[in-house]
Amino acid sequence: MNDANRRDTLVRYTAGERTNHWIVAMTFVLAALSGLALFHPALFWLSNLFGGGPWTRILHPYLALVMLFAYLFLASTFWKDNRLQDRDWAWLRQIKDVVSNREDRLPEVGRYNAGQKLLFFTIVVCLIGLLLSGIVIWRAYFSIYIPVGLIRLGSVVHAVCAWLLVCAIIVHIYAAIWVKGSVHAMTRGTVTPGWAWKHHRGWFREMTHAANSRPRSD
Amino acid sequence: MALQSLDIVRRSATTTPPPGVREAATGTVAKLIDTSKCIGCKACQVACMEWNDLRDDIGTNVGSYENPSDLTAQSWTLMRFAEYENPKGDLEWLIRKDGCMHCEDPGCLKACPSPGAIVQYSNGIVDFHEENCIGCGYCITACPFDIPRISKKDHKAYKCTLCSDRVAVGLEPACVKACPTGAIMFGTKEDMQQQAAERVEDLNSRGFDRAGLYDPAGVGGTHVMYVLHHADQPQLYSGLAVDPHISAAVGLWKGVAKPMALAGMALTALVGFFHYIRVGRNETTERDEAAAAQDQKLRQDGEQRQ
Repeated sequence: MNDANRRDTLVRYTAGERTNHWIVAMTFVLAALSGLALFHPALFWLSNLFGGGPWTRILHPYLALVMLFAYLFLASTFWKDNRLQDRDWAWLRQIKDVVSNREDRLPEVGRYNAGQKLLFFTIVVCLIGLLLSGIVIWRAYFSIYIPVGLIRLGSVVHAVCAWLLVCAIIVHIYAAIWVKGSVHAMTRGTVTPGWAWKHHRGWFREMTHAANSRPRSD
Repeated sequence: MALQSLDIVRRSATTTPPPGVREAATGTVAKLIDTSKCIGCKACQVACMEWNDLRDDIGTNVGSYENPSDLTAQSWTLMRFAEYENPKGDLEWLIRKDGCMHCEDPGCLKACPSPGAIVQYSNGIVDFHEENCIGCGYCITACPFDIPRISKKDHKAYKCTLCSDRVAVGLEPACVKACPTGAIMFGTKEDMQQQAAERVEDLNSRGFDRAGLYDPAGVGGTHVMYVLHHADQPQLYSGLAVDPHISAAVGLWKGVAKPMALAGMALTALVGFFHYIRVGRNETTERDEAAAAQDQKLRQDGEQRQ
């Protein structure tokens, strides 16, 4: 396409941020599928995707660690845009308007809305829980040094955190499908001014402020 | 190992019932270990090594008669020696042959995520099929008696099989065969309970008024039972569990949490799907683009005026 005709002029995610996001996404899917294979017998067949039961058991923690480190980078990049503010609580109180596509009634949203911020911190909390409990139940290296009561507790904590994370990511993926233009933002890096104005007006005004306006970098 | 001469009644990570037409009409089996007759000779350990082709590494003396110092993937049974000073001030040497208790309600089987890696036969024996084991160690997490051990060589879990291969062809377990004092007996569970009752009566008459049978109800009873001189204090016997049961955490993790979690995930996805077809997608229109352009223009004009 001729660059001059493109309307997606606002850069939402740089190439580095997109790469980082998709590394997290891929390793999350792999860690989740291998974890689910070991969680419920009905899903044990998923272990075939990883080369059988023993390979699933071996790979799962390493996949999870790659995800964790990739998310550390992602979280440090997006941390400041995800701090909860007073207007976020007002936004959450109007959740009915959110799910009914009545965005015009909602308080102005910055780079991220309250739902996205809650997701961000849900992931942070779940990953901390998964890391700590995961170390406890990592039989190959750590479990022999840990009392069995703690391992039992760790198993429950690991399952609860993983479940919460999977549900949160299902919501995240659905929101991306629901709000058109979001997937484009994370695959191409850009959004149209109309998209930004509608969903993230505070961020739109910041980006189109005369002093901040910049041409597409890629 | 995968002996079809024994019928399987429970299979790990399997949600539908195994073939169940044939029944164990003669009941289940049990091994009875009479601690009051045990002399600590370790013939049972040697017989176990011989029959199962196990040769543990030569260990070091840790200041106890126990050798090796713990159960391992190569040592499926172990004499544990405890020195107990009774209230009268006398020393009692309490020796207990440790190993898998073959629970009627096995925690290992409940926790195992790999279909068919742990089975329970209709005669009560709980057996590991190592060819299906993935080495996760969930069986160790769930075991109320701290029995299974993962081999460092092949990363599979091992424990006493109650010589399921011998029992399947009408032989008693190797340890029973080797015991020189008759402290280890084998038969139907009913016969072993009867035998134990006689032993307990005898012990009572000899001053052990708290003697009794260890067949803990918390795990539905076991297919390895002990006659203890101090049945009121099983912990004296090198920490034998007082009230063994599958822990509440394991019960939650491997019980109600499994279907609830799957239902929760499916429900979350379904809510999304129906939201999509009822409320619909949230799209940016030409009006939004125009409004954005106007918004930007108004602000830039305002800035210029300042």
